[in-house]
Amino acid sequence: MRVDCNAFLGAYPWRKVPGTAPDALVKALDRTKIDTAWVTHLPSLFWRDPTEGNAWLYETARQEKRFKPVPTVHPGLAQWEQVLADAVNAGAPAVRCDPLYLGLDPAGGEMRVLAAACAAARIPLQLAVRLEDGRQRHPNDRVAELPAAAVRALIRSDADVRLIVTHADRGFVEEVHFGSTPEEARRLWWDICWLWGPPEDHLATLLETVGVDRFVFGTGQPLRLPENSIAKLDLLDLSREQRAAIESQNAQGLMA
Amino acid sequence: MLVDVHAHFHHARTPRADWRERNVSRLTAGARIGISVHVASILGSWGLMSPIYFPSPRDVTAGNDALLALQREHPDTIRGYVCVNPNYTAHARAEVGRCLDAGMIGIKLAASRRADDPLLDPIAALALERRVPVMQHVWQHRRRDWPGQEASDAVELCALARRHPDVAFILAHIGGGGDWLHSLHAVGDVPNVYVDLSGSGVDGGMLEACLESVGVERLLWGTDLTMDTGWAKLRYLETLLSRDEMALVRWKNAARIFPPGAFPAD
Repeated sequence: MRVDCNAFLGAYPWRKVPGTAPDALVKALDRTKIDTAWVTHLPSLFWRDPTEGNAWLYETARQEKRFKPVPTVHPGLAQWEQVLADAVNAGAPAVRCDPLYLGLDPAGGEMRVLAAACAAARIPLQLAVRLEDGRQRHPNDRVAELPAAAVRALIRSDADVRLIVTHADRGFVEEVHFGSTPEEARRLWWDICWLWGPPEDHLATLLETVGVDRFVFGTGQPLRLPENSIAKLDLLDLSREQRAAIESQNAQGLMA
Repeated sequence: MLVDVHAHFHHARTPRADWRERNVSRLTAGARIGISVHVASILGSWGLMSPIYFPSPRDVTAGNDALLALQREHPDTIRGYVCVNPNYTAHARAEVGRCLDAGMIGIKLAASRRADDPLLDPIAALALERRVPVMQHVWQHRRRDWPGQEASDAVELCALARRHPDVAFILAHIGGGGDWLHSLHAVGDVPNVYVDLSGSGVDGGMLEACLESVGVERLLWGTDLTMDTGWAKLRYLETLLSRDEMALVRWKNAARIFPPGAFPAD
């Protein structure tokens, strides 16, 4: 069983990306033996009202059972509470909000209120540190990367909020994990897509120091090749139990 | 057969206390991936005694010596690029001669001098004389100077390649940062520039763009600092290419530009 907690559907505004249509993503899942993908509507991350992509996302997920919708919530827009309620009613495994893409203070009042609402609704909040390598971004793609301080602030902002952070590197994970209390750290999950495998020991070290329970399988596809996240696990000597935890069980636990 | 055209190793006189572990890790991961030969370079002291991309002659020599030792220790699996700093022309040319005589099979130019600078011509001339390829560290579309290196981009490498049409140049790590599409547009009509697929970037669409730009006969497989990304690209390429085309990318293109006998199956 393999669950991709970090996948997208739809075009990317800054460059041509193949394989963004639902049927293409299904083929990629088949190719990489991924059973389920948590998907977000990629174009709407860049819209003034990113929630306008959610209806299409729900409909697409209804038609393809391997997709689990991760709709976007914008806590700066009216009716955002309803968007969150819709997500819960739709059985979404998480909602996402990438504050810097929305022009929001990543640790500001709107995000804290959203974090609290997600906690009350018992649904995890997903955030991406970045979507692309900063060295290759389009000259007009100037949104800052999510700062680690914002994640620390959000996890402290509500005692029950659970955060899934994608596209984080080793330094980011360590800064937040060891900058949090053990209780706070237990409410944080990290996807593995941006963590380096051998010959560097970034992922191996984090699995030892932060713990296998804190990591979920994510790819960032189709912006990134999903084969990468599988390859980095294949290069480690993980037990069957550890691998299952990362590839599916930790994510399934988030949905319980 | 699988040749990694872009590998690195470490040695004792570098900042990393875990240098042995990283070297072992590369070889272990390589065995799991199925890498037959790691074609590697060592960039001086990796910043300990002189900057990584501006290594002093003393550090260049020490790094190359360390790599020669590794090559002797692993004669079946490690081959070397001789790393040089073109600002020290006499030393660079002497070092190329010394290390090629000792069994290295290529020349590595990092980022000590822009690729289109005339100071690189004597190195390229030596590459022609010795029939070895030149790997050039490239920042894909350099829009400004970056600290710590005098990085070149594909346009500058192509200027050098046009001046030396009989030398094979390897554009390093297309996935190593920067706008790879800019590079691919630049190298399309420069037949003596080969694209090394290494780097941490695993962007969707990058491999398709590589194939469209230079075709399967000018692609070289490699890893650089991250081997999982290299393996991912290899796995994805297998879904795009035929078995014969994969053989080109895996090793046959490399065998064509490196000296005869550089690889076991050659």
